[in-house]
Amino acid sequence: MASQAKTKSGKPAKSAKRSAAASKSLENGATGAGSYSQDELLEMFRQMCLIRQFEIACGEHYAKGNIRGFLHLYIGQEATGVGALRPLTDQDYVVTHYRDHGHAISRGLDVNRSMAELFGRKTGLSKGKGGSMHLFDAAKRFMGGHAIVGGQFPLALGLAFSQKYQKTDGVTVCFFGDGSTNQGLYHETLNLAAVWKVPMLFVLENNGYGMGTAVERVRAGSPDFYTDVDRYGIDAVEVDGMDVLAVREAADIAIAKLRAGEGPLFIEAKTFRYVGHSYADGQKYRDQHEVDEWRRRDPVEAYPQMLIDHKLVSKKQIDQVKADVDAQVAAAVKFAEESPEPDPEELFDDVMA
Amino acid sequence: MAVILFREAIKRGLAEALDSNPNVFIMGEDIGEYGGAYAVTDGFLAKYGEDRIIDTPISEAAFVGAGIGAAAGGLRPVVELMSISFALVAFDQIVNMASNLRYMSGGQIEVPLVLRAPTGAGVQLGATHSQSFETWLAEVPGMSCVCPSNPYDALGLMRTALKSKNPIMFAEPALLYGTRGEVPDEYYEIPLGSANVQREGDDVTLISYGAGMRVLGKVADDLSANGVSAEVIDLRSLSPIDYDTLLTSLEKTNRVLALDTARRTGGMMAEIAAELQERGSEWLDGPIVRVGAEDVPWPYSRNLEQESYPQPADVLTALKKHFNI
Ligand SMILES: Cc1ncc(C[n+]2csc(CCOP(=O)(O)OP(=O)(O)O)c2C)c(N)n1
Repeated sequence: MASQAKTKSGKPAKSAKRSAAASKSLENGATGAGSYSQDELLEMFRQMCLIRQFEIACGEHYAKGNIRGFLHLYIGQEATGVGALRPLTDQDYVVTHYRDHGHAISRGLDVNRSMAELFGRKTGLSKGKGGSMHLFDAAKRFMGGHAIVGGQFPLALGLAFSQKYQKTDGVTVCFFGDGSTNQGLYHETLNLAAVWKVPMLFVLENNGYGMGTAVERVRAGSPDFYTDVDRYGIDAVEVDGMDVLAVREAADIAIAKLRAGEGPLFIEAKTFRYVGHSYADGQKYRDQHEVDEWRRRDPVEAYPQMLIDHKLVSKKQIDQVKADVDAQVAAAVKFAEESPEPDPEELFDDVMA
Repeated sequence: MAVILFREAIKRGLAEALDSNPNVFIMGEDIGEYGGAYAVTDGFLAKYGEDRIIDTPISEAAFVGAGIGAAAGGLRPVVELMSISFALVAFDQIVNMASNLRYMSGGQIEVPLVLRAPTGAGVQLGATHSQSFETWLAEVPGMSCVCPSNPYDALGLMRTALKSKNPIMFAEPALLYGTRGEVPDEYYEIPLGSANVQREGDDVTLISYGAGMRVLGKVADDLSANGVSAEVIDLRSLSPIDYDTLLTSLEKTNRVLALDTARRTGGMMAEIAAELQERGSEWLDGPIVRVGAEDVPWPYSRNLEQESYPQPADVLTALKKHFNI
């Protein structure tokens, strides 16, 4: 990771906030994109597009009452999840919080079974027991979906510990929001992760708000988080979370370093959710102007346009991805709708081994 | 007499205290600018200002603990938790600190803290967000614990809570915020440790609290349609418990069914059943029957959640089985 990111003042120069590779991509999208194959460039678009359309469908089905409880959408943050998870392999773990659909899809969880879980159906990833906030797929090493803010940190720490203990070269990626950094467990986990030197990547999705509370209203000192971890001797970098290539390149570098035993590491992605904290949120705490400003850099729009502009992919290819994604989401909804509810006896399954 | 929402009753109680006592302040997550997760404190920030309506970071252990400290320092804090499930993050402070300080200090330190939190299952929030930890806190000496089931009780108990010299858990059934009830214009309070006989009857005593009272209401209607008269009692206060009212009813009906919408094992009603049989066994015509949620984590799926959540039919089946009524 960029060692420049660790400055004594905690206020590094703008360019020093980014790893070399990431800033290359930020300053010249085509150059950054040039390091990936066309298939890979399209795959990143496909995932972002799938997350977006999946969640638009979630919103519709929440309004219809097919999805209930709390629904936290990831709309606007897609570039972060996709960019951060692309470098992973099957041996790596992913842990996240309740805003988990994007991470689940990016990790390759079955979209039909994800939607069925949100519908509370027997065919869901957790047989309808977890719901939107608690998605799991252990076979894909996707270890949740955790709805107690900050509760996921030590789980990720322990998974990374197990990887180091077993001498695999697997890594654990832990996603979290800015709000969760106010929990003691965040600080406790950073410290232990550094003491134990585990292969853990902290990925902060700083979307500016914890529910209705703007970061600066409840955070003392610098508004930057990535400088916090200096204290623990953890290398950190800040990236533009709206730029999938920037996140991707930072993650490429970080994951390689983690595999080489240089953990833990930390990425702060500056991003934004366009929609409310949960479906019920009237968003009185921010004005539409701010939302519109961020939307202008929408990764699901800007990224494919950049690829087309630089003739890295054709418009036809992008349109094909969009059409495929729409069909996939429609099929997922149909699968969920047609799936049975869990049998009443299943209430007692899986409490204990 | 006005008909108001459950959430408005709590709000009124809080507003009265804010208006009359400058040492009262409220803190919690998203209570100010956002207006509260369940809109109880909506409008308070504009009215009372940010010195008294304090949006906290997501640091439950720290701000609950700070509420304890502020109370010990002479203020009267009201601390809101967004869910009683999140109280777990602050349990050490609540149990080891708030409820022990008076005793450990030989009576020197007072913690007049009101801790508010929505509680209970029934809205498909899954395992981590649907729990009812008032049943755990009711067991802790050194603090009180109440859980109203209607706007009248919510206001009366809130007034009392805000005068209490002890820490108090004020649990608010999340299912009830949007329900209505009558509240008189005249001032009244409801003392701690006073159960409410909601309906008088002779054949069986039905006991619950909070959201469980909705279930019992339907059960009592059903029974009365079949000529069975049930006495329905709302505990209101889980610590202390009003055993006099319960025993008086037991003496009259000779049968008791106790309902918990929280898990059955180790719940409130286990304690009540034990105490009633010990103090009232000569009046009992049969076992004290408990109905509660199943001993499993709360599932998300609607049908499974309802399967676990005690339904009127479950209560009726239990009454039939044990008392043949
Ligand atoms: C311990 C705990 N406290 C409070 C909540 C309620 N809550 C859920 S999400 C959230 C905001 C979290 O914000 P942040 O960490 O920034 O993540 P974001 O939602 O923005 O993705 C709050 C207060 C909770 N789930 N758990």
